[in-house]
Amino acid sequence: MTDHFIEDKTTKVTVAVDGTEAQKFDFNDLKSGGFIKQRQKDLFTVRLRCPGGRLSTEKLLEISKIAHKYSKKGVVHFSFRQSLEILYVDYKEFSNVVAELEKIGQKVASCGPRVRVPTACGGCEYNPNGLTDTQKMADMVDKTFFGTPTPHKFKTSFSGCPIDCARTKEMDMGFQGVVDPTWEEESCTGCTICSEACKEDAIASDPDTGKPIFDPVKCLFCGDCIRACPTEAWKPKRYGHIVRIGGKHGRHPMEAVEVCSFLPDEKVPDAIKMTIDWYNANGKRGERIGNALKRVGLDNYLKHMEPVFQNTAKAGA
Amino acid sequence: MSDSSIDLRGVMCPINFVKTKLKLEAMNPGEILEVILDSGDPIQNVPKSIKEEGHKIVEVKKEGDFFRLKVQRS
Repeated sequence: MTDHFIEDKTTKVTVAVDGTEAQKFDFNDLKSGGFIKQRQKDLFTVRLRCPGGRLSTEKLLEISKIAHKYSKKGVVHFSFRQSLEILYVDYKEFSNVVAELEKIGQKVASCGPRVRVPTACGGCEYNPNGLTDTQKMADMVDKTFFGTPTPHKFKTSFSGCPIDCARTKEMDMGFQGVVDPTWEEESCTGCTICSEACKEDAIASDPDTGKPIFDPVKCLFCGDCIRACPTEAWKPKRYGHIVRIGGKHGRHPMEAVEVCSFLPDEKVPDAIKMTIDWYNANGKRGERIGNALKRVGLDNYLKHMEPVFQNTAKAGA
Repeated sequence: MSDSSIDLRGVMCPINFVKTKLKLEAMNPGEILEVILDSGDPIQNVPKSIKEEGHKIVEVKKEGDFFRLKVQRS
């Protein structure tokens, strides 16, 4: 397996810490700890662990001070997976950086073949489109699964709605928020706003009464009808996640396949755990889960997942 | 029927919503504002935002290419 982060896998370097003790650094340990080798001699990027890309301003202030102290160039970079990276850090100062970050409760992220820091959009906490609490889910995944060894990297993300800003179709395992809309005739005034609000043409208006004619096949379960309805005739029946498996970007991008159309929040940890179990049992070293699924077969995976995915009927059903 | 009226035809999102909001804030609770909105983006977005601000949409009429809404200030 090629590791793009640290080329020299055997070198052990003796480093003086605090000018007195000598400590051995194993470069193999470093890569799991989110230290990424730079072009420049002795300099590394330190990737922080920021699930869902969220940080308290208090922590951000403290991180700024540490970054200012240890970055030889005084720069940080926002990684493509929402984590903050301190650039140009001398490896001889790793222990100090980690210790100072530890003091403010900031962990370092990871690279390599393991469960990575989850990414997420803002979610239902403050985004009007949000249907699921993506930030809470990202935090849960980070606490429960971060760093779990897998045959290759394992990336997860949470999008709060079908706009899918967190790009669940490009993840090893992605969760996208959905809502099942339900309609009550009594409170409907036939105003036709829902059919105007629906961007998918899933709601037509009866020419005589103006009342909605719903087509669940066209529906993306975004909840626009529920939000637009002036009289609450459209209501949320239940919220959940579409689960997608086997996506990736990189040199050979693959689109994830939908394996569950409506998974409730409380089943997400099980779904991830069972998927990691399947991946570890079936994936070859250095093989992403998407390729493992192609080789072993999606049916094999779905059979394994039956206990979690059963009774998760499709939305609109 | 309404205490005030605002014609937002030709006004883009989200300026149409901001104008509605400002108008409503200048009114007294319970008063009715008539809002005229284009179909398409405006009718897809403005009613959702009005609702999320806590106001009540009490009447909706489609008139050709536009919508006439009655909004009760919260």
